[in-house]
Amino acid sequence: MPRHFDTELAELKNGLMAMAGQAEEMIDLARKAHEQRSDAMADRVIALDAAVDESELRLDQACVDLLALRAPIATDLRLIASTLKIIPELERIGDHCVNIARRAKLLNPQPPLRMGGYLESLGIETREMVRRALDAFVNGDADLARRVIDEDDRVDALYLDAYKELLRIMLADPLTIERASHLIIVIKNWERIADQATNIAEEVLFILEGVNVKHSYLQSRGTPGEAN
Amino acid sequence: MPNPGALMEPELSRAIPEPGPQAAEALRPRGLPLTDAAAITAQPMLQVRNLDLYYGDKQALHGVDLDVKEHTVMAFIGPSGCGKSTLLRALNRMNDLIDGVRVQGSVLLAGQDLYAPGVDVIGLRKRMGMVFQKSNPFPKSIYENVVYGLRIQGVRDRHALDEAVETSLKRAGLWDEVKDRLSESALGMSGGQQQRLCIARALAVKPEVLLMDEPCSALDPIATSRIEELIFELKKDYTIVIVTHNMQQAARASDYTAFFWLGKLIEVGLTEKVFTTPSERMTEDYITGRFG
Repeated sequence: MPRHFDTELAELKNGLMAMAGQAEEMIDLARKAHEQRSDAMADRVIALDAAVDESELRLDQACVDLLALRAPIATDLRLIASTLKIIPELERIGDHCVNIARRAKLLNPQPPLRMGGYLESLGIETREMVRRALDAFVNGDADLARRVIDEDDRVDALYLDAYKELLRIMLADPLTIERASHLIIVIKNWERIADQATNIAEEVLFILEGVNVKHSYLQSRGTPGEAN
Repeated sequence: MPNPGALMEPELSRAIPEPGPQAAEALRPRGLPLTDAAAITAQPMLQVRNLDLYYGDKQALHGVDLDVKEHTVMAFIGPSGCGKSTLLRALNRMNDLIDGVRVQGSVLLAGQDLYAPGVDVIGLRKRMGMVFQKSNPFPKSIYENVVYGLRIQGVRDRHALDEAVETSLKRAGLWDEVKDRLSESALGMSGGQQQRLCIARALAVKPEVLLMDEPCSALDPIATSRIEELIFELKKDYTIVIVTHNMQQAARASDYTAFFWLGKLIEVGLTEKVFTTPSERMTEDYITGRFG
């Protein structure tokens, strides 16, 4: 028997994917703002943030309405509960992109600082992680979600290498310190976006399998609650 | 492990343009369209104005004011004895059948006062189908149940009757289950099927409004959800008022919810509003199970 509720859940998913599309567009523009040294691209990122914020408010309300009116259980409940957690991840991706774009506008008037392709790699790797996390959500692909979670280590390593490279550049020439400082903020924001992709992938696994894969080290230790 | 604290850098958050009036409109919280947009702007099909109703000396409804918009579902909720069924019956003057009932105020159906002197009560009831708590098929065939109202109206044309049976049963989501046994007794059907047959019977006379008095209280969860899906389908063509004890049913099936207590209308509004942020403390206490 077809349920009207299924239509509402489909609308919710579509709304979430529309918000994800906005966040992905911000990621692409933020990358180009640096690669092409384009203030115009940076301004577009900053302008898009309001759209993502609006999506957050709208989707939050939709989730609360569905929880109140449909009393969802099982798969339906997991989908809505996780959607409520994916929404702020997407919103934060938007915020990080704004941070990256703002730094681009500070760097663009200055001579470029060559840092061996690390910045481009971080942007591309992170963008791919976000794309795959969203693909995993849309296609219900648990294997892909697990891959995204594993890939986070690679982005973390890339971030550390980029950080060391920037330290090396600053030590070699103090005149680079201002620009390198901006770039440290930029690479940190890319690394955080990759974390957000990881969090989304973790929610996808919860939706699909009902397992909470966060903080897996607690399980091996067997004493939940002693984190940090 | 990702930490939850990373947000926009403080100095950069200030750099985001101040939202102008347009942005403020864009930021206004909105739910996904859980109800048809048309429902919000629809014209009132039923208007209850300052309605008092007395059973002898006992006042059962106190100054009720309520609009039911066209092509929407209005749920009446409230504890037993709150007046919700009384109001439902007042909408098609079924209370006229009870001795000692006195009504003040007015009920307008598409602008026409149902309690005005000289109103054709029988004609009025044709415009409003009614479905009761317990399914009440007649001890006749499925076919004869559906066409009962039409036969009383004097319809003889076999073709017209056949067509009404098929259309009404399809509307009620029952056709595929019974089309090969229309001549069998309605009493052999399951409870859920009987209730849908009663809905088909009500639809056969082409009413404008469908009044449902706890239509699912005797049904199992599967049969209940069939009726609820049916209600959602039917509101495209009818205006529906449903009395229910089941809070979740009101939440699932209705566009608007009205909460009654001791014969008074306490609160009425969009169902998502009533169930997420009710205006009245009493509504909140009732829907969260703190009283009632």
